[in-house]
Amino acid sequence: MTVGLAHFLTVSAVLFSLGLFAVMARRNAIGILMGVELMLNAANINFVAFSRYVQHSIDGQIMAAFVIVLAAAEAAVALAIVLAMFRNFGTVLADSVQGLKR
Amino acid sequence: MISDLVFYALAGLTVIPAIWVVLSRNIVHAGFALLFTLLGVAGLFAYLGADFIAVTQLMVYVGGVLVLVLFTVMMTRVPQGNRPMRGVDRYVPPTLFGLAVFVLLYRTITGTDWNASITPASATTAEIGTYLMTKYIFPFEYVSLVLLAAMIGAAILIRESRFGQNDADDPEDPEVPEDNGQEVQS
Repeated sequence: MTVGLAHFLTVSAVLFSLGLFAVMARRNAIGILMGVELMLNAANINFVAFSRYVQHSIDGQIMAAFVIVLAAAEAAVALAIVLAMFRNFGTVLADSVQGLKR
Repeated sequence: MISDLVFYALAGLTVIPAIWVVLSRNIVHAGFALLFTLLGVAGLFAYLGADFIAVTQLMVYVGGVLVLVLFTVMMTRVPQGNRPMRGVDRYVPPTLFGLAVFVLLYRTITGTDWNASITPASATTAEIGTYLMTKYIFPFEYVSLVLLAAMIGAAILIRESRFGQNDADDPEDPEVPEDNGQEVQS
């Protein structure tokens, strides 16, 4: 079976499911962030694959570029939050930070 | 066929480390496995003929986001010790939900007629540049604002005197020069 659109979508679905699992199962806040990155990459694969196989234009690739930029911004802010959390609570485990202040 | 083999190699390079990212108990190992997943995704982009996106993925994700993640991992090192092995039942709902989402996606993928046809690959950088300056000029400018806001927000969030006595001591002038000295040291 030659490689087609469905193959890319399947890889993307696997990545998305793994990212969803990480977001739900991991306790470390950085691990949760890694799950989010996996899900964003899955979405990017879909954008580029559809722009190649279905839409035959470059709009999907531009959307993927925007997603990459927003993911970088999100990672910077999220990691800053993790660092502030570590400084104030002494832990990065998401389920042991339950109050809004110390 | 050789290009199919390339695809399967790239898919394996993407998915197998992703499993390790998700399941590894050591967050450092997860971070380094994420490196290979991101490289595999960049390879998939290149396979799809999206050369600009592949290089952007390499520079932004592998060169930027991953380095940030690893630095944060190293700065927030928790003593590993021998944490008690948590009950397996904690993993049951995420596993079931993840599997359900995957089955739903897979059935949709295989059950839909996508009317797919391949387009011949060509260099995309010039076209992307033209589109960013014409059709997508407003999203392009908005995303620059988002980046500026994220940069300022991250800098404010990790400021040394964000919480604590400095705010209480001199609330009218929180940015005295001594604070800058402390920030450099830390």
